[in-house]
Amino acid sequence: MKLTGKEVAHVASLARLAMSEDETEKFTSQLNAILEFADKLNLLETKDILPTAHVLPLKNVFREDRICPGLERKEALLNAPEEEEGMFRVPRVIE
Amino acid sequence: MSKYATVIGLEVHIELATASKIFCSCPTEFGKEPNTHVCPVCLGLPGSLPVLNRRVVEFAIKAGLALNCEIPRFAKFDRKNYFYPDLPKAYQISQYDLPLAVSGYLEFALNGETKRVGITRVHIEEDAGKLVHGDFADYSLADYNRTGVPLIEIVSEPDLRSPEEAKAYLEKLKSVIQYTGISDVKMEEGSLRCDANVSIMPAGSKEFGTRSEIKNMNSFKAVQRGLVYEVDRQKEVLEAGGKVVQETRRWDEHKGITFSMRSKEEAHDYRYFPDPDLVPIIVEHDWVEEIRQSLPEMPDARRTRYVSEWGLPEYDAAVITASKAMSDFFEATLAEYHDAKAVANSLMGEILKYLNAHGIEIHQTRLTPSHLAELLKLQTDGTISGKIAKTVFEEMFSSGKKPAEIVKEQGLVQISDKDAIAAIVEQVITDNPKSVEDFKAGTEKAIGFLVGQVMKISKGRANPEMVNQLLREKLR
Amino acid sequence: MLEECTVAEALKLLGKKEISALELTEAALHRVEAVDERIKAFVTVTRNEALATAALVDAKRLSGEEMPPLAGIPMALKDNMCTKGVLTTCSSKILDNFKPPYDATVVELLRDAGTVLLGKTNLDEFAMGSSTENSALFTTRNPWDVERVPGGSSGGSAAAVAADEVCFALGSDTGGSIRQPAAFCGVVGLKPTYGRVSRYGLIAFASSLDQIGPFTKDIWDCALVMNAIAGYDSRDTTSVPLASPDYTAQLLGGVKGLRIGVPKEYFAAGIDRDVRNAVQKALNVLVALGAEAEEISLPHTDYGIPVYYLIAPAEASSNLARYDGVQYGYRAEADNLLEMYKKTRSQGFGSEVKRRIMLGTYALSSGYYDAYYLKALKVRTLIKQDFDEAFKKFDLILTPTAPSTAFPVGTVEDPLTMYLNDICTIPVNLAGLPALSMPCGFVNNLPVGLQLIGKPFAEATILQAAYAYEQHSGLAKKKPVLSGKGVPKDE
Repeated sequence: MKLTGKEVAHVASLARLAMSEDETEKFTSQLNAILEFADKLNLLETKDILPTAHVLPLKNVFREDRICPGLERKEALLNAPEEEEGMFRVPRVIE
Repeated sequence: MSKYATVIGLEVHIELATASKIFCSCPTEFGKEPNTHVCPVCLGLPGSLPVLNRRVVEFAIKAGLALNCEIPRFAKFDRKNYFYPDLPKAYQISQYDLPLAVSGYLEFALNGETKRVGITRVHIEEDAGKLVHGDFADYSLADYNRTGVPLIEIVSEPDLRSPEEAKAYLEKLKSVIQYTGISDVKMEEGSLRCDANVSIMPAGSKEFGTRSEIKNMNSFKAVQRGLVYEVDRQKEVLEAGGKVVQETRRWDEHKGITFSMRSKEEAHDYRYFPDPDLVPIIVEHDWVEEIRQSLPEMPDARRTRYVSEWGLPEYDAAVITASKAMSDFFEATLAEYHDAKAVANSLMGEILKYLNAHGIEIHQTRLTPSHLAELLKLQTDGTISGKIAKTVFEEMFSSGKKPAEIVKEQGLVQISDKDAIAAIVEQVITDNPKSVEDFKAGTEKAIGFLVGQVMKISKGRANPEMVNQLLREKLR
Repeated sequence: MLEECTVAEALKLLGKKEISALELTEAALHRVEAVDERIKAFVTVTRNEALATAALVDAKRLSGEEMPPLAGIPMALKDNMCTKGVLTTCSSKILDNFKPPYDATVVELLRDAGTVLLGKTNLDEFAMGSSTENSALFTTRNPWDVERVPGGSSGGSAAAVAADEVCFALGSDTGGSIRQPAAFCGVVGLKPTYGRVSRYGLIAFASSLDQIGPFTKDIWDCALVMNAIAGYDSRDTTSVPLASPDYTAQLLGGVKGLRIGVPKEYFAAGIDRDVRNAVQKALNVLVALGAEAEEISLPHTDYGIPVYYLIAPAEASSNLARYDGVQYGYRAEADNLLEMYKKTRSQGFGSEVKRRIMLGTYALSSGYYDAYYLKALKVRTLIKQDFDEAFKKFDLILTPTAPSTAFPVGTVEDPLTMYLNDICTIPVNLAGLPALSMPCGFVNNLPVGLQLIGKPFAEATILQAAYAYEQHSGLAKKKPVLSGKGVPKDE
């Protein structure tokens, strides 16, 4: 076992996912199976290998500092679950 | 000698003065109706992609060079993942391990000594939106106009040893950035924001204490007050036998305290990783040099030059060069009027007083360098007195008229006609027998009163030297 | 039958004024009405807009205006491409009411090319899956056997083309999501080189792997659609500033002297014997036509799946964090923000999506980044080097597309077993290469897919070889029989 139920609950919390005990249990076993499968990678020595985050040799892709019209406010708010005074309304933040 | 030593490092966020946002073409303009400067990219809509604004990179490199940093050849962007309603993508595009500028320093003077503070790094990131919380409402409102405005974060080494030093560092940083022209650096408008890492340790110790991070100090004064409070708080904790906890604390300006921002959630784990939507920035030597060439003369260089070239006192040079606008104004005035000390005196006297009273910078007034030079010439050739010059200043600030015009319109030309002055002197002697008596009896200051009376009758226009001379002659 | 037309055939009929765009669109809509109850390819059918667009095309044609290259051709888009004002759901509850305020670049390009959008097609939720069974809406059915899956994640697009509901469709491919359903449904599917087609407006799953590409009835059509969608886009930083060629220009070039590498790892034990045989026969045809073939080794092939299942979920965990109920999409009732986040995301995402978000969050989390995510990026380098090495000697690499033919709905329950479906396609995404799947035979009346992998930006070479093979095999004309089988049983 690589991951305990407690760790799975922690990861769920980081990802803002609520999880019942049953779900946590199911995910724990599934994630462990996948991670064990991923252990295969440790068969490879990669100390001197550079990571590939991008396959393309692109660099320095820029746009010029110019203004273009964006969205109308009503378009921006079109999908808002709740709206007030031209802003997106969200439940109170509890720190 | 205090029992404890203070250790402070500052993280300063500066909004860059680009026309458009960092990853999209929306304007960065401040203060518009909510959610009117937005597009799919800065709203983080599904499917949208960022494209980097070239000027943001150039500005950040400029800041790095102005802070004596090295510019590594390779830089990249990373995602900082966290959930908050002001962050539409639920990640902030920032730079984690490979920032644009590293290993610099900034020097500032405090109490006659020069202090050097290390600059760890300068990196680029995007700003978040604005949340409006009602005082009693059980909800918040999100406005994304500010989302994606380009920021640089300047991280100092923990080299600052007092709140006073922190404030002096910040003032110097503001000045240097202002010279580069990459930002308005207005703390009050939020274009310069400062967080501090603070700890204390027993005096003489080499090992830093546990630090707290202080947020929400929104003015230079607040930075100093907040840090003084926090240092004292940590001392009290230690004195009471307690331990300082590593935590984030918020400065409350009204109550004058810092308080813990305890989170119900576990400690942040930002899960930084390279942003696959962006490609690396390769900064070749030529590009760095090109940007270096575009840097203006920095305040320290100017200060030294003012002392050596113009013979200004060190203090005057420091005051004038602290603001780029002031320093530019000084130089433009000097081109037309060659007495540096006289120009410095006007700037540091009447003009600075006016600017401070109105909370503005010199370029925001109607005063021009030519007008100041002209005013100083009017004083030198005796057309007006120093006292009258103050009246003219006020008019220049408000109307923007040429000083000669003001002097003519208001009849402020100095009276240097001996007979005219003598007539007034006679009248004052007649009208103030008591003061005359006092002076003759040896009360030297009584002459001051008499001079004042002459000036009053002449509406300030009488040549003060001649008044003094004539009075003494008559009373001898 | 009008709906059976390829793009090229339809263009010819339209050009000769034998049919109108409206007739063509109506034929497609009739076909959708007739078969989609069984196939379930479409999430949204934009009937009225399609008829209006087609009428507009006809009006232009009548006025004698010069027509864009694909004027009047009905097509469909996978429902993870943003269409302004038209529902774009990613087949997820969390976006089931989302109408984007903008069009994806490919949508603009296809509009400029004169095509008629017929609707949006079903996918595994957020393109995570290999069967469309992970769609939160319904499972799409394979036109060759409606009891079987169409493959995934672009199962809706593949099935819509295979069932003649549209002339062509677009899909997206992150680990095989165009090629595997193309193989299962017996159509042509191309995943272009990473950076060839703009991703702007494609709802991201794993940004360093995602790429949009066409599903067509034959190779010629594939080239025609590529002509419309390939090219640089200043809105996508990872789009490559290279001029794209006319993809039809090289089609008749034949395969004489073309060097084909055949990696032994792709013909190993995990691949069905029948599939291997069909692919081997296709290879024999190519050799008979003048190609040179040689067995090669891509030694890191087996590491593809674990690398992919760390990198793709890591990127996805971040890409899908924005679905938090604040700005758009589903929002659960809650009296504070944290509750709102957790309820919205738990109720809005299906289990496969949650599984991958969890996996990715873990792989990036403090203390595990080096062991999982960074390790995967390094092995990705090794996989890419295998291909770089092979392409020094060869023009193309030939493999099966999928280890089996389409499997019955509901039979693969274990996530890891499902992941193994992508064993032949994943390494291609990790290396950013172009690859095409086309039918190369049938096993029990189910299509088998042949995969041709090319050098970066060498789509034209792939199409050239594929065209030569297709001309010989005649398989493009083989159609599923949709009568006979009834409506699939309720899920």
